[in-house]
Amino acid sequence: MTTVYPHKRDTIKKKLPRFFQYLALSIITLIVLVPIVIMVFGALKTRGEIFAHPYTLPIPAHWENFGVILKTPSFWTMLRNSLIVALGTTLGVLVVCSLASFVFARMQFRGKDLAFNFLTLGLMFPITIAIMPVYLVVRQMHLIDSLQAVILVQITFAISANILILRGFFTSIPMELQDASYIDGCNSFGFFWRILLPLARPALAAIAALTLIVSWNDLLTPLVILNTDTLWTLPLGTMQFQGQYSSDLALTAAFVTLTALPAIVFYLFAERQIVSGLTAGALKG
Amino acid sequence: MSIPQVSKDLVKWPLRMSSPRRVQDYLIIFLFLLPAFVLFLLFIIYPIFRAAYFSLFNWNGLGPATVFVGLNNFKQILTDQVFIKAVMNCLLIVILSITIQLPLALGLAIMVGRDLPGRAFFRAIFFLPYVISEVIAAIIWMSLLNPDPERGFINALLVLIPGVQAQNFLGDINQVMACVFIVLTWKYFGLHMLLYMAGLQNIPKEVEEAAMIDGANRWQTIRNVTVPLLGSTIRTTILLSVLGSLTQFNLIWIMTRGGPVNASEVMATYMYRYAFIRFQLGYGSAVALVMLAICLVFSVAYLRLARQPDYLGSI
Repeated sequence: MTTVYPHKRDTIKKKLPRFFQYLALSIITLIVLVPIVIMVFGALKTRGEIFAHPYTLPIPAHWENFGVILKTPSFWTMLRNSLIVALGTTLGVLVVCSLASFVFARMQFRGKDLAFNFLTLGLMFPITIAIMPVYLVVRQMHLIDSLQAVILVQITFAISANILILRGFFTSIPMELQDASYIDGCNSFGFFWRILLPLARPALAAIAALTLIVSWNDLLTPLVILNTDTLWTLPLGTMQFQGQYSSDLALTAAFVTLTALPAIVFYLFAERQIVSGLTAGALKG
Repeated sequence: MSIPQVSKDLVKWPLRMSSPRRVQDYLIIFLFLLPAFVLFLLFIIYPIFRAAYFSLFNWNGLGPATVFVGLNNFKQILTDQVFIKAVMNCLLIVILSITIQLPLALGLAIMVGRDLPGRAFFRAIFFLPYVISEVIAAIIWMSLLNPDPERGFINALLVLIPGVQAQNFLGDINQVMACVFIVLTWKYFGLHMLLYMAGLQNIPKEVEEAAMIDGANRWQTIRNVTVPLLGSTIRTTILLSVLGSLTQFNLIWIMTRGGPVNASEVMATYMYRYAFIRFQLGYGSAVALVMLAICLVFSVAYLRLARQPDYLGSI
């Protein structure tokens, strides 16, 4: 009886592509990370160091740049404005979209498809196209230069995608639960409030995380609506700061690092929610 | 099958208008849809009509619009060489995205596959640029692309190669669009890769294994089984990519302001310049409407395309 051991050849055959896979992925990882790392290193150098050795490791690290930024009152004002806008938008999107999605997922009425198609029209109007018309109307309503206007506009342009995501999640909750709750004497609102929303918490977390990131990073809406610098959000301030201090590379790098930090930290904590929100939206759309 | 039928009956039963529950339900439907509809009408539908009105005027935003010019604004836009250039640049980004950025993302997604050890790590890293704002991405890349090798990392690497000189990337009309595209790819390939990875997750492993057993090699399996089954995801990413490319603004505005000499002008920077820098609100409105029309054409074309059969549904 002869036994053939094909395993050894197989492992080499299997491991070689693996090696190239990891090689390719590592190269891309480098390309993705190096720009970010260079910026963070720059932030940790003094002005002189960044001119003398722009690409070396920041040893010893100089934290003074961060100190300078953190001592600027306008940084904190912008941070506050960004937080107000991002939280306001997120809360608004959660309320508006869960209400509407509930109706589309669970209620029967004439013209439902028409209403749904109408509310998903927004997918075809990215904010960049609409910003000019929106500006005209915000101006007419005398809401220019107010954070409320930024929040309302951001909510509006987040509605379509998020209704699509939430309706999918709401539809997947078994119909039997609704029947049971009706038999137990719940009305539609009771079912929505006591049963559907608690069950849909992961979905709500997903759209909240996604909306928060999008709103936090939005430049165009605040750029067009806000004039007064005490109302500026961080992206707007970053753009302005870069223009003003472009000669001081270290300080700019520190500013950019500090404004990127909240989004990155948030991403590390909420990766699962962001990913599930994005994929649910795109795969169902 | 019997349970859904019971529930359908339950839903049907209160359809009579007289039932108090039905009245209550109508009230809920109305109140629940109200906020979304109000916002939509106020900030999407009404603005479009208002822009359509002002697009017929020569208006600088001060006082009421009185100089009626009919369709002159549109005529001027469609004959302006700069606008044509902007549309061409948008189309260039669309084409490059579909032929380079999406295949790259798809290749990486397939490479990472379903079970490569370290899958979650690579996904997290590749998606990181998407989370960083476009403002920050633009500033980072402006510094990387700086023409001075002492300040720009890419030029510092280039001058290490004998015979290669430092390039004025963003200041060169022949290179600026390539640079913009590279930055866009850096920022967005992770998003598409993520979507492909999620799509791959939905394809049963057995289908690919069956193809392998039938004698298909790895490449044939990918081409003839995996990619067709990813069809709906691919179509979605194409739409996202096309609309995103047509409406690109932040990165380009910060990095180049559409320059040098309009070499990186896109529709959105053109509109922004006229509407918010030169304050020609009538003309800007007209540009917005033209952009809207162009995007609608692409969206409708997409909807036609998306009607292709979804192979995954038939498994």
